[in-house]
Parts: sequence; C-alpha cells; structure tokens
Amino acid sequence: MKALLKLLNENARYTNAQLAVMLGITEDEVQQQIKDLENSGVIKGYRPVINWDNARPAHLTALIELKVSPKKNFGFDEIAQKVMAFEEVESVYLMSGGYDLAVFVTGQSFQDIAMFVAKRLAPLESVLSTATHFILSRYKQSGVIMHEEPQDDRRSILI
Amino acid sequence: MDYNKLINKSLLDIKPSGIRRFFDIAAEMKEVISLGIGEPDFFTPWHIRDAGIRSLETGHTHYTANSGLQELREEISKYIYSRQGITYDPRSEILVTVGGSEALDLAIRSLVNCGDEVLIPEPAFVCYDPITTIAGGIPVKIETKVENNFRLTARELKEAITDKTKLLVLPYPNNPTGAVMRRRDLEEIAEVLRGTDIIVLSDEIYGELTYGDTPHVSIASIEGMQEKTIVVNGFSKAYAMTGWRLGYICAPAPLTKAMTKLHQYAIMSSPTVSQYAAVEALKNGDEDIESMRQEYDRRRRLVVDGFRSIELDCFEPEGAFYVFPCIRSTGLSSEDFCEQLLHSQHVAVIPGTAFGECGQGFVRVSYCYSAKHLLEALDRIERFLKSLRGR
Repeated sequence: MKALLKLLNENARYTNAQLAVMLGITEDEVQQQIKDLENSGVIKGYRPVINWDNARPAHLTALIELKVSPKKNFGFDEIAQKVMAFEEVESVYLMSGGYDLAVFVTGQSFQDIAMFVAKRLAPLESVLSTATHFILSRYKQSGVIMHEEPQDDRRSILI
Repeated sequence: MDYNKLINKSLLDIKPSGIRRFFDIAAEMKEVISLGIGEPDFFTPWHIRDAGIRSLETGHTHYTANSGLQELREEISKYIYSRQGITYDPRSEILVTVGGSEALDLAIRSLVNCGDEVLIPEPAFVCYDPITTIAGGIPVKIETKVENNFRLTARELKEAITDKTKLLVLPYPNNPTGAVMRRRDLEEIAEVLRGTDIIVLSDEIYGELTYGDTPHVSIASIEGMQEKTIVVNGFSKAYAMTGWRLGYICAPAPLTKAMTKLHQYAIMSSPTVSQYAAVEALKNGDEDIESMRQEYDRRRRLVVDGFRSIELDCFEPEGAFYVFPCIRSTGLSSEDFCEQLLHSQHVAVIPGTAFGECGQGFVRVSYCYSAKHLLEALDRIERFLKSLRGR
C-alpha cells in the first residue's frame, strides 16, 4: 500500500498496468488496493498540480490567519465548517501557535481576496482577527518544483 | 614535433573506440533523451553531504594517512563483516582509494608483469582491458552468454586459464548486463581456482544493487577465497556519491601493502572531505541504500516490461541499474541501431559493443532516470521499431 501511495503521489496518472509492473503485482491487485485506499478515505481525490502563476487568467492565493474564539461544546469545528463552506476557500487547517485557523483562499485579484476577507470571513461571529498574506511566487507546491525544472547536470553519456 | 613518438607506446596503442564518434554526436545533440548515463540520478543523501560540509567547517582540510582515515577503514571493515561475514584488518588489509576506478588500476598494476594474462569476462565495464595493456599484461576475454544469464561458468574459466594467467576479473553485479553471480556459481569458480595462484579481482561496486531474492555474495566469502581475492568497492553507486570519488580495496595484507605503495606515489591520500562523508554513509546510510534500491527496482521492472511489450528480447537483470535488451530481431548491428535511434527519435542508448565484441546484438539501457523520462524514452523506441518494421 505504501509503495502504491508513493507512486500515485509521484504521478496519479500512471495506468494500473504501469503500477502493476512497477510493484510486481497484478493489475487486479492494483485496482483492489486503490479501491481500498479510496474507501478508507486515504485517497481523497486526484487533481493536477497547477502552477497558477502560469495559468491564464492568473489566480492569486492568500494565506489568511484567523484568530477565533472556540465555542463551548463545538471547539473549533463549527467555525471551521463555516469557513470551509465558501467556494473561494482552498484549504483550512487548525494550527498550533500564534493563530487558530490557516485558510488558503484563491481569487482572480488582490481586490477579490481582500473583499472576501472583509465581507465574508471577518464578520463571522467567532472571528476575532484576520491577517492576510498574499503568495507572491510559488517555488514548490505539493512536492513539485514550480520555478523551473531542475537541470540534469550529468553528461548525456557515461559508461 | 611528432608527439606520437613521445607518448608511451602502450598508451598510444590503445585506440580510441569507434563508438567515440557516436558519443560525440549524442553529446552535441540538443533535446536528446538519454538512457546512456551510468550514474545514479539521486543526490547524495543530505546527512552524508552534511558530514562533508561539517568536516570542512571544522578544518579537516589536510591529507589523511595514505591508506585512509583509520575511522573510515574501521567502518569499512564492519560493513563488510555485516554483509559478507568476513573480516578484514582495518590497519593492514583495507585501502581507501579515489573511486573504484583507482582501486582497479592499483590492483592490476600492482600484480601484472609483462606478459601476464588477465582474464576478463565480457561484456564488462571498459577499463580492465586498457589498464592491463598499459601494465604490459595481456587481456584475455571470456565471452559470457545470455543463455547462461551472462554469468561466468566454471567451464569457460577453465578453458581460458593458462600457466601465464595472473588475474581473473570478476565484474559482478555486472555493468552492462545486470547479471549477478549466485553463491553456487561462485563456488564452482572457486573450485577451478583452488590450488592455483590466480588472484581474483572482484569488482563489487554494484554490490548493494541487487533485486533477486538473495543479496550480493562476494567471492571472498567463499571458503578459501579471501586469501586470493582483491575486493573492490566504493560509495558511488550505493550512496549516489559518484562525484565524491571514493572507493576502497580489501585484500590480503601483502597485496594491500603493495597497492598502498603505488597509491602513495600516485595519489598520496584520497580526498579528506569525501572520507568524512563516507564514514557517515557507512554508519547511517543503510536506509538510503534501501529506498534507492527499491526505486531502481520499480524502474527496472518498468523498463524490462517495456522492452518485452515492444517485442525486444530482454534478459532479466538482477543487479546494477542497466538492462541489456537484444536487438538482433531488428536486423541491425548495435552501432546502427543506436545511431538510427539517436537520429530518428533523439534517444541515446549505448551499443553493446562498447563493452566488448560479444556485446554485438545488444544495447545497454540505463534506468538512472525518473519513471516519466523512462516512459517517454520507451514510447520513442517503440515508434522507432514500428518505423523499422513497417519498412
């Protein structure tokens, strides 16, 4: 399972046949393992790693630090669920340290995101404060180097 | 001035291989997808690099003892014991060299007198023959065969031995075929050598990279063989440390002493920074070896399967990081195959003949590349074969 996850994490578009060959198991076994991983909630989906800096129209992403007051009985879950319901919100994490929720938001412009924070996030009842940090450049994302392909500095032929 | 008159005659006699031309074309071609590189694509693990950096920061910038850091030789001794169950005295039986390459050079030059014969199973790495020639020895090739899994057989060995035989090179796990020798095969070789004074030069640089059920067996671990074996190994392949240039020799004390003498005059001592890094590699590098080995294994399966599915016979390699498919079904020579593949699809693989005449009909394909790169190359090779067969 671990080896399969590693391969899918490297490239989710390997065919089952290719995965089977690399792992030394049958295609049926690959299919079964993938199904198990999906059913048990280990694999939650398959998406491309997009460098939004290069996409047109370009997207912006911001990290918004939220300080919130947890609700009795619900802790942080209630506010987290409210936040993650917004379509603009890419990810939400509960954090240790200086703030409570890390919220990644995408939009088409600084304006978009600023308005979203001002109009949607800040007014939520338990939000105490927000701090918005825009991502200026992506170096590495989901384990993939974004800026430029690392060069192979080996000579092309070496016996 | 006729410089050729000045250059050492034996060296002059070593003709640059005809394959040089092919390499030059490949080297200059842009956008070439190479499967030609014989070194890991992995970077040296960070903790090993850190050990090198730390040695510089703490001012270890001097020569070491000629035979290498005592601490490193002790670690090498422990390592061999853990893998092969044999003991080498770090003080008198281990020598740290500038890569496995220097080790091979030292071993051959320290033993071979003018006219001595050196047995070289082929296909094999390219250096044994010229070093033997420069030393005044006579390279005697033994052709290993795909039907024997490219292993050296006792019979082939017996037939090649004469009263001039000084040395047997044993290059397993093998570059370029990926063949390995099992314990049984080695016992049969040992049986032939018993009672002779022939020394075995066992080039075990790929010893950590085997993919069968059993790990690599050194011939030195076979009963009675340690006293007549020079083991060559190094850090390049196992730990992805090619650029650090560090290898070593384990051999009986009198031979180690002779090789150290040569090493001392030619090299003085191996790079200090690399030796400190190597200590760390041996102490804490086993997990790195294993994760790289598993990655190589996955690629190996992918490439072997890839060649078989495009109907090229492909010997199943059990070691190193090469596959050696047979291209005879195309009707082309190895050189023509490689040259046409390079021109039409911009894929570089190496003609089997680079590794000895008997490599004719084969090509060497390295899988020191990402799976993505390998799949792209296999696609292009398939297109090339289709265009050949469509004719």
